[in-house]
Amino acid sequence: MHERTAGLAASLRSVFRREHKLVKAVDGVTFSIARGERVGFLGPNGAGKTTTLKMLTGLLHPTSGTIDVAGHVPQRREAAFLDQIMLVMGQKQQLIWDLPPADTFELNRAVYRVPRDRYDATVNELTELLELGDLVKKPTRELSLGERMKCELVAALIHQPKVLFLDEPTIGLDVSTQVKVRDFIRSYNERYGATLMLTSHYMDDVAALCPRVIVIDKGRLTFDGSLDELVRNVRPEKRLTLHFRGDVGDDALSPLGQIIERSEGQVVLQVAQSELAAAVSRALATLDVVDLTVEAAPLEEVMSELFTRGRAARAREAGREPDEAE
Amino acid sequence: MRTLRTLPALFKVGFVSALAYRAEFLVWMLTSTLPLIMLPLWHAVAEQAPLAGFSQGRFTAYFFTGFIVRQLVGNWASWTINYEVRSGALSQRLLRPIHPIWFYATESLASIPLRSAFAFPAAVIALLVTDTSNLAHDARLWAMVPVAIFGAWAIGFFAHVAIGALSLWMHQSIKVVEIWSAGFFVFSGYLVPIAVFPRWLQSSPHWMPFEYMHGFPIDLITGALSVEQATRSLGAQWCWVGILGLVTVALWDRGLRRYGAFGG
Repeated sequence: MHERTAGLAASLRSVFRREHKLVKAVDGVTFSIARGERVGFLGPNGAGKTTTLKMLTGLLHPTSGTIDVAGHVPQRREAAFLDQIMLVMGQKQQLIWDLPPADTFELNRAVYRVPRDRYDATVNELTELLELGDLVKKPTRELSLGERMKCELVAALIHQPKVLFLDEPTIGLDVSTQVKVRDFIRSYNERYGATLMLTSHYMDDVAALCPRVIVIDKGRLTFDGSLDELVRNVRPEKRLTLHFRGDVGDDALSPLGQIIERSEGQVVLQVAQSELAAAVSRALATLDVVDLTVEAAPLEEVMSELFTRGRAARAREAGREPDEAE
Repeated sequence: MRTLRTLPALFKVGFVSALAYRAEFLVWMLTSTLPLIMLPLWHAVAEQAPLAGFSQGRFTAYFFTGFIVRQLVGNWASWTINYEVRSGALSQRLLRPIHPIWFYATESLASIPLRSAFAFPAAVIALLVTDTSNLAHDARLWAMVPVAIFGAWAIGFFAHVAIGALSLWMHQSIKVVEIWSAGFFVFSGYLVPIAVFPRWLQSSPHWMPFEYMHGFPIDLITGALSVEQATRSLGAQWCWVGILGLVTVALWDRGLRRYGAFGG
């Protein structure tokens, strides 16, 4: 890629001597996904998630390595391959902006050669599931972001793709629409046995949909396993939330675990997995506990810690401070 | 086969889109009225005597016919492709199992009925103000007209797609369209009939594609060519269609390997 510093002098200099830097957006990432699996593909901004999805769908040509999706080499863009896949991008749309979504649906019916009766049944089912009603008859430009996203999903699924790539499908949606979209995606996967690969910055999407996660950072694979395993590896401690009557001092709480959050009548403690049972027993015995919950650390924190560790490891390799720019 | 079966749906969407953009079409048509605006000037020039064989009536027939031809063969695919490459919107086309060039082609062709509806009054006016002696009288010439019009459209279309494909190498290839348009305005007979060019310049346009996009169909309709000349020009026109078609497909396929799917 071409790069230059800001300013007029740098701009003029770049006219005569452009500086290029070779950046490996994705480097040595290897994984395989079984038919019907739901996989979360996670990483910080610029990790190479979207680049990977675009290679898997044949939009980008990898400089080296091999990719096989549903028995096809994606960048060849064979019709038999494109018939089986779909990439839904939360920030890009396939709906025709000035026409109602129904026109895009009809176009996709023709493009993917979907028989009329199957098309009618699929569209009716999808519009009902997503509660779209007559919205599909309104010009796309007049729809809200959430309505457009739902229509995008219908347009993407008319041909019932066997492999579905979802890039930030809930970005910008309100909480209730996010829940509906998640439920819909899960039911599509269960009903059609479609393989699903999802990137999202909303960890709730990942927690709700993906038993398995693949994490990449700076183009390299850093984790591939179950979500539980990821949480156990990165943050093995549990969150113990206690609600109690009366005033309890820190000296009574600190022996139970590390205090993370404290408010009137409530405390959140971080407790090592091995000490959890003892901590709970002790809390019940020594405090006037009215409610108690045990949870894993929030996924956002787990991911944040994982990425921080990754940055620190790279900084160590490069011999610089972890908070220096990479 | 699959593409052929999809064409009716592509045309339908293209036509509905054209209807949605009818106001823009009207504005575009207004921008293509320059030859009509210049018509009084040419009338004045030919007032005393015909200029290079062009009487006032022939000038009228030439420029009105030119206006109609322009409505039928106009293209803007390069702008669309430039935008789609820069914004990443091209990705959505590439995900569909039909070559994107078919989408651009049908979008352009499907708008022709609407543009014809706008151009029809101009044809009526042209018939009213000029006599039929300024139109072709040989049925064989008229039989060539649809082929020549389609050829004119195809040259413009392939050139636009090729220029649009250059945006896979350049930041913006729209500037190249301006160079192409300059060549078109000068050498196609759009502003000045080629027959009026100085003698030393008259043969140059025959070696370029521009004349076959505009001047040739007009000459065919206005009966300025013999059947033999028309057949030769039609052959040359379709040679250009073939050359530009091959260049376009090659540029497109090579360019796609560089496609960065911009915008996230």
